[in-house]
Amino acid sequence: MNQLLAALDWLLDPARYSGPGGIPMRLAEHLGYTALGVVLAAVVAIPLGLLVGHTGRGRGLAVAASGAARALPTLGLVTLFALLVGIGLLAPTLAFVILAIPSLLAGAYSACEAVDPRTVDAARAQGMTEMQVLTRVELPLGMPLVITGIRAATLQVISTAMLAAYVGNGGLGRFIFLGLKTQDYPQMLAGSLLVIALALVLDGALLLVQALTRPRGAVPAG
Amino acid sequence: MSWVLGNLDVIGGHAGAHLLQALPAIVLAFVLALPVAKLAGRLGVLRGGISTAAALMYAIPSLPLFIVLPIVLGTSIRSMVNVIVALTLYGLALMVPAAIDAFRSVDGDVLRAATAQGYGPVARFWAVELPLAGPVLLAGLRVVVVSTVSLVTVGGVLGVPSLGMLFVDGFQRGITAEILAGIVLTAAIALALDGLLVLAGRALMPWASAGKAPAEPSPAGAPDPAAAAAGGAA
Repeated sequence: MNQLLAALDWLLDPARYSGPGGIPMRLAEHLGYTALGVVLAAVVAIPLGLLVGHTGRGRGLAVAASGAARALPTLGLVTLFALLVGIGLLAPTLAFVILAIPSLLAGAYSACEAVDPRTVDAARAQGMTEMQVLTRVELPLGMPLVITGIRAATLQVISTAMLAAYVGNGGLGRFIFLGLKTQDYPQMLAGSLLVIALALVLDGALLLVQALTRPRGAVPAG
Repeated sequence: MSWVLGNLDVIGGHAGAHLLQALPAIVLAFVLALPVAKLAGRLGVLRGGISTAAALMYAIPSLPLFIVLPIVLGTSIRSMVNVIVALTLYGLALMVPAAIDAFRSVDGDVLRAATAQGYGPVARFWAVELPLAGPVLLAGLRVVVVSTVSLVTVGGVLGVPSLGMLFVDGFQRGITAEILAGIVLTAAIALALDGLLVLAGRALMPWASAGKAPAEPSPAGAPDPAAAAAGGAA
């Protein structure tokens, strides 16, 4: 318990809230990494997932890829890329994108699949093109599932971004690894509490977005 | 490659430590999830609380949890017990909702028929309800196995022995082969345990693999388990 109090002391020290290496800067770095990873992965995975879900082609492959990616150890990817491409932001970004893609892909294809096929047929019967079916029917109805994928990917990248500090980058992981190196447990604890709080707040925010995008009058899809 | 061949004993030791943490966590998560899920099935109030708790648990990244848990447990940060407890918690977050679904997938009429045939509540659970819930339980357990085996490696940065040490050591000494060996072995252990589960499932539940899988949720409104399970806990 003394350790916890020491960690709170560490967190409440005003000196930690200014300058380079302060909590606000590390927090901003962490958020930046997370946004970078999720956005880059989403640009690739969401259109691909929608294509798979809409056409039904390549579904087996997408499911297998999502499953296999779950077996990949995040720390392994982060350290491997750090050795291969060197210290810097590129290595962890590659790991973020690879680890975020499976959840986004799964969210996107299950969004299309969750839509009642009769609804899709009705849309076609009304003369909608395939693109219109996708963007005006399947996507709005399946949006909560797409957001589920984004939530999962965000959590994944937040925790991986912590490991980015291990290979020489910033972010909240810095406090943890600095504490580890100097045997400063309160600092590790404080860093951990910050990351946990960040993860819970972002998850809660995305949950709210998910509730807001749930189509009115439709059977909830997720 | 030569690094791998020259250090087989190191790799073997780390793989053993890896299993020593992953297996107890997997077994504990499975065994504890069953009574919790049964209880939640009976008390509807509990179900909402449990799904919220599972979602929260999920959102907590693993490394901070490894660091915070010793305060609660009184263990050392490098203790395997600490890692096992953390992994069990993640396992429960995945397994309890899966087990609730599994027990719900059992047809109530079948249970009433078993009661009519003279099964007592305990015998009915073991002989009828558990086997029928088996296929959905197995699906949940497979997700737990793969994610647990991969999560054990995170302890490596704190100095807890596991295949994760190969990443830490390989990174510090610049040996790519060591990191690759760690990634391949971790994935191989996860896939091997998953394969064993599938085989065990076929042996114990021959009716599930013959013909169509029972308790397949309707395609509409069923979120893809992969979307849910690939989440947090990394």
